[in-house]
Amino acid sequence: MEFNTSPYLLKEASVQRVMLKVLLALLPGIAAYVWLFGPAILIHLALTTITALVGEALMLKVRRRPLGLFLPDLSAVVTAWLITLTFPPLVPWWLTVTATLFAIVIAKQLYGGLGQNPFNPAMIAFAVSIVSFPALMSQWPGTDGHFSSQLQVIFGLAPRLDGLTSATPLDAMKTALMLAGDSHSTSVSSILANPEVFGLVAGRGWEWVALAYLLGGVWLIQQRVITWHMPTAFIAGMVVISGALWLWQPATYASPLFHLLSGGSMLGAFFIVTDPVTGATTPRGKLLFAAGIGLLAYLIRVFGGYPDGVAFAVLLFNICVPLIDMYTQPPVFGMKDQ
Amino acid sequence: MLQLFKFKGGVKPATNKVQSVTLPIATAPLPSRLAVPLHQSIGGTPRPIVEVGDKVLKGQKIGEADGWISAAVHAPTSGTVIEVGLYPAAHPSGLTAATVVIEPDGEDRWIDRQPVDYASLEPEAVRELLREAGVVGLGGAVFPTHGKLTASKTVPMEEMVINGAECEPYITCDDLLMRERAEEVVRGAGVFRDLLRPKKVLIGIEDNKPEAAAAMTAAIKALGEAFKEFEVVVVPTRYPAGGAKQLIRVLTGKEVPASKRSTDLGVQCFNVATAYTAWRALAHGEPVISRLVTITGNVGEPRNWEVLIGTPMDELLRIGQPKPDTDGIIMGGPMMGFLVPDTKAPVVKATNCLIAHSPTLFPPKPPEMPCIRCGECARACPHELQPFEMYWFSRAKNFGKTQEYAIFDCIECGCCSFVCPSRIPLVQYFRFAKSEIWARERESQAAEGAKNRFEFKQLREEREKAEKAEKLAKAAAAQAAKKAAEALAAANAPETTVAEPAPDAPSAADAAKRATIEAAMERAKAQRAAAQPKNVDHLPPAVEQEIAEIDARQNQAVMANAAPDGEKNS
Repeated sequence: MEFNTSPYLLKEASVQRVMLKVLLALLPGIAAYVWLFGPAILIHLALTTITALVGEALMLKVRRRPLGLFLPDLSAVVTAWLITLTFPPLVPWWLTVTATLFAIVIAKQLYGGLGQNPFNPAMIAFAVSIVSFPALMSQWPGTDGHFSSQLQVIFGLAPRLDGLTSATPLDAMKTALMLAGDSHSTSVSSILANPEVFGLVAGRGWEWVALAYLLGGVWLIQQRVITWHMPTAFIAGMVVISGALWLWQPATYASPLFHLLSGGSMLGAFFIVTDPVTGATTPRGKLLFAAGIGLLAYLIRVFGGYPDGVAFAVLLFNICVPLIDMYTQPPVFGMKDQ
Repeated sequence: MLQLFKFKGGVKPATNKVQSVTLPIATAPLPSRLAVPLHQSIGGTPRPIVEVGDKVLKGQKIGEADGWISAAVHAPTSGTVIEVGLYPAAHPSGLTAATVVIEPDGEDRWIDRQPVDYASLEPEAVRELLREAGVVGLGGAVFPTHGKLTASKTVPMEEMVINGAECEPYITCDDLLMRERAEEVVRGAGVFRDLLRPKKVLIGIEDNKPEAAAAMTAAIKALGEAFKEFEVVVVPTRYPAGGAKQLIRVLTGKEVPASKRSTDLGVQCFNVATAYTAWRALAHGEPVISRLVTITGNVGEPRNWEVLIGTPMDELLRIGQPKPDTDGIIMGGPMMGFLVPDTKAPVVKATNCLIAHSPTLFPPKPPEMPCIRCGECARACPHELQPFEMYWFSRAKNFGKTQEYAIFDCIECGCCSFVCPSRIPLVQYFRFAKSEIWARERESQAAEGAKNRFEFKQLREEREKAEKAEKLAKAAAAQAAKKAAEALAAANAPETTVAEPAPDAPSAADAAKRATIEAAMERAKAQRAAAQPKNVDHLPPAVEQEIAEIDARQNQAVMANAAPDGEKNS
């Protein structure tokens, strides 16, 4: 707008600052990740960050948008980091790079860039990759990763040995239960008794990474970057369904705590469902949206064919956002009794 | 202790009030000329009652209130009227407005002021006096005060709120008024109390003005028993706590919807400066010819001044010693004020503050980014709207949708723009959408008029067409009847069978015509029988021929008479 109109005072705020805080909030999780699973993730972080910025810059140029205004907003970097953190750290380099390009070019820029994309770009990248490369997307490292061997695997210089990678605890649990079938030869508690895979409650290493994400997420709430609604509702949705099944058949269904601390639950609750662009916006809508994702993610990861369900649940609820927003409009000032 | 309520949203900008409260109120020097706009309040534009060359006295009425919701305007000093016409207005549009320009004579001679004992007057007379004294809401909305001094007939008056919150940054004129003239403020509020008879009078002051709160409390105490239902309530500092609806909410818990008047909920709200001017008007006979104005911002000496209405802003700003990089004047606060397009514009009753603008004090706004739907604006909105949705639809010029999202509940407080991380000038979009909707409303009203005129024209043309067709049908019927009669007459002469009506008769008037013809033939037959003399059996052929011709003529005459009758009855 050309006119210089009121307000003449503005709060210190920018998209860049919002995105920077999200990146900072991810650091504890990344630190825990590196400590427990080795530094492979850092290689991917570097690769995806560069890819995202290059892809964003090229698309901005093609779309004739000011590079200086949009490139430093860091939104592409957030997407890159989220992609990296949801992917297995030992996938080949070209997979994360392609996925990142797909997210930035197709899921974000072709829809109109910042603020215009209906689907969470990182989750699109995850969904596309797991559908296209299910095997690669299911190999997770053990906790004894050495940098050099991880590096070789990522760049295809070493064979992808079975010993180097394994299923996630979530996947391991599902497989073990499936193998046992109806024979009741095993139970959740006996599976969990293997600390090599399952650590204290939810997977060796995984639980600590999840707690580190929780820490960063709480800081984001404290910083008013996100509100409490979505993480709380996501956790509530997951706890309600997993708790109900667990109470009903504790031998077959793992506890809510196991589910909250494994897979993409904590990353999803604080960093993925809270994406403002693709999420619901009203307070009640946020609760509905995130609770629905928590519930659906559980159903997909326990009863579906994929190792985790957060990505598909998020994408399915992205579709519902306009509807949710429309039906959850809060009453305006003075109209609460009407 | 009164239980306070909260309003949702709101922001906490740096208040920047300390700069202008260190010095007491001073009287601004008499300017070289005073330009008093006639339209200074909501409602009808007062009619000028002075002409160029007239000598006026200080406080003399120069504009007559037009209609009940309107307020008189007065000469701020004694002098000569040198112009009655258009003059730059204190308005963001930069348009001109009807203004009376007075050249002061320097004597500052008052009219004969008539203090009144309002308690002895009828409420109606008090309201009329306030209207004549030009008392309007000085908090910014400038609604004629007398129009707010009638309680609802159905809802009892519970609380009267006196607004001393002064929530906008930089502005301190109400603060200083309460500090220095608390007694008169309270007495003025007492006038309103006597007219509205509320159970409680709550004076709301933000907690960043403890001196004002103390002064007001002391004044109420000093005035004694007659003001026992008055209470000073310190409210938390949070912009826009001084918005009438927000302050009512904080003090009473009541939310006045956009569609209702506050008196419908048994509450009414006045600004402290309004109360002060009401008291001056009644107890001293002084109409509203001056007001307190905070001069602050990029100036050497920020301070509050008693300023005559009509003082040119540029001239006034000079007494605050603006710094060299000053590049404009904001009238009002930095949240809701506006950069004055023409700094020659005069101070009006709505001018509570002039802020010298400079690029260092108010840095140029960063470029606008796309909305990321973070919802900060919705959390900041004190009216609990969804600014980002309204923005989206304003941008798309989908104004119907903006109204669904209650754009007219927006008070343009600026909280949404203040917090937006994408730096979108949201309020500007909403002002644009509102003005577009108003423009379309006017257009559609004009179009409605045009449509009505067009429809009437169409109706008229159709009626004329129908009348014409009717006429044609009549003529055709007459024609047909005539032909039928001729045929009949021709057939009657020899003894042949009854003649058929002419086969080429137009079909339009068929049935009616046929009936007419038959009736006419019956009558003709009867006439013929009656007219036939008994002794005509052996008449010569020449005579018989003559008789036949006469009969035919008679028949024709009968047909001509019968046809209109037949039409009329059909």
